[in-house]
Amino acid sequence: MEHIISVTVENKFNVLSRVAGLFSGRGFNIESLSVAPSLDPSTSMMTIVTSGDDRIIEQIVKQLNKLIDVIKVVDLNENEFVERETALIKVHTKPEDRAEALRIADIFRASIIDSTPGTYTIEITGSIKKIEAIINLLQPLGIKELIRTGRVAIAREPIRPAVAQPKRVVKE
Amino acid sequence: MKLTGAEIFLESLKKEGVKTIFALPGGVVLKIFDVLHQQKDIQVILTRHEQGAGHMAEGYAKATGKAGVALVTSGPGMTNVITALADAYMDSVPLVCFSGQVPTNLIGNDAFQEADNIGLSRPCTKYNFLVKDVNDLAMTIKEAFYVATTGRPGPVLVDIPKDVSMNKAEFKYPASVSIRGYNPTYEGNKWQIKQAAELIAKSRKPILYIGGGVVFSGASQEVIELAEMCQLPVDMTLMALGGFPGEHPLSMGMLGMHGTYWANMAMHYSDLVIAVGARFDDRVTGKVSEFCPHAKVIHIDIDPTSIRKNVNVDVPIVGDCKTVLRELIQTLRATVNGEQKALRKPWWDQINEWRQAHPLAYEQDPNGVIKPQHVIKRLYELTKDRDPIVATDVGQHQMWTAQYFKLAKPNRWLTSGGLGTMGFGFPAAMGAQAAFPDKLVLCIAGDGSVQMNTQELATAVVNKLPVKVIVINNGFHGMVRQWQDLFYESRYASSYLDVYPDFVKLAEAYGAVGLRATKVSELDDVIREAIAVNRPVFLDVPVHQYENCYPMIPAGGSNHEMLLSDPPELKEKQKAGAPASVAGEDKDTILTA
Repeated sequence: MEHIISVTVENKFNVLSRVAGLFSGRGFNIESLSVAPSLDPSTSMMTIVTSGDDRIIEQIVKQLNKLIDVIKVVDLNENEFVERETALIKVHTKPEDRAEALRIADIFRASIIDSTPGTYTIEITGSIKKIEAIINLLQPLGIKELIRTGRVAIAREPIRPAVAQPKRVVKE
Repeated sequence: MKLTGAEIFLESLKKEGVKTIFALPGGVVLKIFDVLHQQKDIQVILTRHEQGAGHMAEGYAKATGKAGVALVTSGPGMTNVITALADAYMDSVPLVCFSGQVPTNLIGNDAFQEADNIGLSRPCTKYNFLVKDVNDLAMTIKEAFYVATTGRPGPVLVDIPKDVSMNKAEFKYPASVSIRGYNPTYEGNKWQIKQAAELIAKSRKPILYIGGGVVFSGASQEVIELAEMCQLPVDMTLMALGGFPGEHPLSMGMLGMHGTYWANMAMHYSDLVIAVGARFDDRVTGKVSEFCPHAKVIHIDIDPTSIRKNVNVDVPIVGDCKTVLRELIQTLRATVNGEQKALRKPWWDQINEWRQAHPLAYEQDPNGVIKPQHVIKRLYELTKDRDPIVATDVGQHQMWTAQYFKLAKPNRWLTSGGLGTMGFGFPAAMGAQAAFPDKLVLCIAGDGSVQMNTQELATAVVNKLPVKVIVINNGFHGMVRQWQDLFYESRYASSYLDVYPDFVKLAEAYGAVGLRATKVSELDDVIREAIAVNRPVFLDVPVHQYENCYPMIPAGGSNHEMLLSDPPELKEKQKAGAPASVAGEDKDTILTA
């Protein structure tokens, strides 16, 4: 089963290779990984999309926690969360297709961020499903280049004070 | 006053109480060696190969319980020490290894003797540091020792570029260290400990399964107390030997692939496994799906990743073995009374039945070729009163030593378990000898294994480290030959080593003592002679070439399905004596001499 794991790490050189090396060395999957500095400039946030059965996910969480540069690990699947991904899509547009491309972008509330006589570059943010849907619709026009950020995710804030739930946060 | 990086290195090591380091110089660490050369507080043992330095530091650490320290140069110095780091990582040995690095402005330029030390060592160290600024050096060294020796111990690498060792900074050694992402858990969860105590008190067929964590945590006394209080049979992993007295009536000896029959049977048929500082390695579990089918499992370990990694656990307790066992004993003391012995009597009757059915055994013809087990048994009998430290290499001789050499105390056992590093024993023995110059240090080695580090004979002689290396010489990579006998129809692909070198002459060439025992009748005398001399000794013992190590759980087999002796067709060959692959070539002159 797919899990999204949010990892707070030291913002130091070599941390990415420690995390990536852990996954490759132990044969865990990484479907996507995104990393950027967090609010506290001394730390970075990683969102790792991975998959495996319960025992593998438990090992992934524990092994991540064991890394000395890892400060906090949260398996977001333990609770409600929201996820987003951004894609930049460069579409070939023959003159007769330009209106169609704009229409599709409009339906998905995507923005055109670059335009040339033969192309549009479309920025789309949303769930995986939404991104895949727009890709499917744009494909007949001819996609020249596609770049996706990988997912980022964040836990939903509970609406009322939540009953304490067991979390997989092993250390803080 | 400002000090150079090299001087800060020295002062920091002194603050950490380091007495001995194992080192080999090179261009980028010359400043550090120059400083070490002009002082007397820290002994520098120059090795002949960086792998030797690493294993010596490991031997030092295992025997003392403190961090071992190695110092190597950049590039090939670093790549050579990798094997020792990987070995220490698998076996949780506290090690701080310092490597030289090219000057910071050349890093990444493919400079002479440059290697990506951090990248190379990342998967085989607990943590590693590249020091980019001399102002960070003292703090980094403090952190390195802290990480190496706390929690589940392990090797740590500190990479020091040449300019950092030459630049100056104010020296102030930090009094304490705090790393926000690193907070090992020492205290076990009280509720879980209570659960464990309840399970233990009412179990009818419990087994205490201890691992190397018991030794590193210094929990031997607690294990003895718990075992005696609840009459628990104690199975030991290879790494745990000495963690519980081998001659204790509750000792079951080693379990696993070459463990005793009764240790494995008891594990398989138990109703409660109490794992302490062990990690359910594949050499212990055998076929995981058939492992301990009737048992609940309590698992005490300081490393949360060890728990539920290989087998399901009913009561996980993350914490330090010693601390948790103390708490567990206290909890149990309140609940159990004298009835434990009576409760466990049927279990012990069963165990004793297993023990008598298939004891460890070999046949020694008093006029025939010496059997390898016999050498180890005699060594044990002749040295046990001296409480020796025993190192081994990897292979048949290692398993026989584990079976027959019943260590009484922890920190006497230096062996490569997880990584299975041939060539480990001799340098590890030297490291222990450096820590305890007056102790008897034995290294039981194979003729295959020992050749991976014989260059360290020079180190032993020069530094007056009088280790006694007993070469169990069967002319083969014996364990490989055993597997070929059992699983490859005795086709000895690249396992026959012939009779080279002549270990007596090899030892003598280095200025060490070379001895050889070829007859059963002279074995004791030659062993005594080896022990009596206060110099490094290679004692070559040509042994039966086809002796195999049993019991054996074939890889992927279940723990109660042990091979107990050679299949009949192999027995025939055992009697014949000469290697089939070299029949007629008559090369074994030394072995039969």
